[in-house]
Amino acid sequence: MYKNAGKQTLIFGNDGDPASAPRITACASIVGPKEGEGPLGRDFDVVSQDIMFGKDTWEKAESEVARQAVEMAANKAGLRLEDIRFVLAGDLLNQCIGSSFGMRAVGRPFFGLFGACSTFGEALVLGAALVDGGWADHVISSASSHFCSAEKTFRFPLELGTQRTPTASWTVTGDGAAVVSAFGDGPRITAATAGKIVDMGIKDVSNMGAAMAPAVADTLTRHFADMNAGPDHYDVIATGDLGRIGKELLIELMFKEGYDLTKNFTDCGVEIYGPEQDAHAGGSGCACAAVTFSGHFYKKLTSGKIGKMLLVPTGALMNQTTAMQGESIPSIAHAVRIEGMQITDNR
Amino acid sequence: MQQTEQAKKQYQKMVERASPGSRTFANSLKAFVVGGLICDVGQLIRNLLLKGGVSEDHTAIYTAVILVFLGVLLTGLGVYDKIGKFAGAGSVVPITGFANSVAAPAIEYKKEGYVLGVGAKMFLVAGPVIVYGTLAATVVGLIYYLVK
Repeated sequence: MYKNAGKQTLIFGNDGDPASAPRITACASIVGPKEGEGPLGRDFDVVSQDIMFGKDTWEKAESEVARQAVEMAANKAGLRLEDIRFVLAGDLLNQCIGSSFGMRAVGRPFFGLFGACSTFGEALVLGAALVDGGWADHVISSASSHFCSAEKTFRFPLELGTQRTPTASWTVTGDGAAVVSAFGDGPRITAATAGKIVDMGIKDVSNMGAAMAPAVADTLTRHFADMNAGPDHYDVIATGDLGRIGKELLIELMFKEGYDLTKNFTDCGVEIYGPEQDAHAGGSGCACAAVTFSGHFYKKLTSGKIGKMLLVPTGALMNQTTAMQGESIPSIAHAVRIEGMQITDNR
Repeated sequence: MQQTEQAKKQYQKMVERASPGSRTFANSLKAFVVGGLICDVGQLIRNLLLKGGVSEDHTAIYTAVILVFLGVLLTGLGVYDKIGKFAGAGSVVPITGFANSVAAPAIEYKKEGYVLGVGAKMFLVAGPVIVYGTLAATVVGLIYYLVK
């Protein structure tokens, strides 16, 4: 069976037939008020005006939004929760409690994932593999983050009067969840390139885009080589949360590798907030790629506005302790090839 | 290995070039104005206290207490972080900033309880200031003692 390409790429579908590849039959996106005010505000399923999501702590709020998104995704796919074989979800909080506490009420077999802000990519790749391998008819891949709980975990108390640097990013509040199914209608996940951990020695935790850009360059270069197809193969290449600086750096890095990313490349972190929203370099967090894909790109794929896209969620894999100990930031990026509705199902 | 080290150095240079720096002059100006205004408020309080018949010795303490109270109040009302975002060091350095640095974690960690939350985390930000402030004061005091 033809399941691998090159060194790091997984091929989905029977003998590489994209029509039989796992498909995303529904997506749910729930965000907080700031994301709702952004340029993609209309694309999200739910914009909560309450950043606490009706709960009394930020951690509970994040778990609540994670639960709601998973249930909504199943619902939108016309499925009951019992039909979901596995839930794969992750977040940024210590020991992944955002997801595990949220999934407590969902009652489905659960894999908790951590890939920092690349988690949504990790969840999609592994979810597609489970479906393609025949272990599940339907799985849900989900990732959440919350501005307040992330600030508390990684930075300073919210009420502290500090200034953010121009390179800092703003953690997206919300959860994006995708139902990956063996049958039904929806864009196919036809291939994915698993990323390596890359560390180019960047230590500034307020410049995560710069830390992550080389990891994306590594994954993209590998993907293009493994698939024997360049950036032109895609209508859109969207990274997770490189932000404005990381985006420029990636274009430069890829140019050195001989690839031109100036035409069809964007970054979810750049898309999600407008320049007037004071998000500095852009959005970040697990939810950044998750809600931007689930709310924005998924709709474009299903409506035919995009034919093929490469979603590349990106993660900076440090924690507060390693940062204080002066370590540099190891980073990762997983590339997921998603192809729209133009493929006819001949299964 | 040497090659990767070189590649890392090159990349770091590339990042420095691509990353916009903070606007030092504009930020300094804002800090100067807001920091000065906070000091003016302090002076105003002091003058009022002296006018009200409080002794010279006590006014210093009362002024500090009132400024700390204002810092905590504005933190609780969610205003001080906005001032801080605008003013930077201008609102961090005065005693109101110290009050903010104690009150902010106290609010943040209230959910973790009064002992291990508020009690343990209250000096998360201010702790180093107290440690090194005390150390510096001791060193200066010793020098003063020896020189005198």
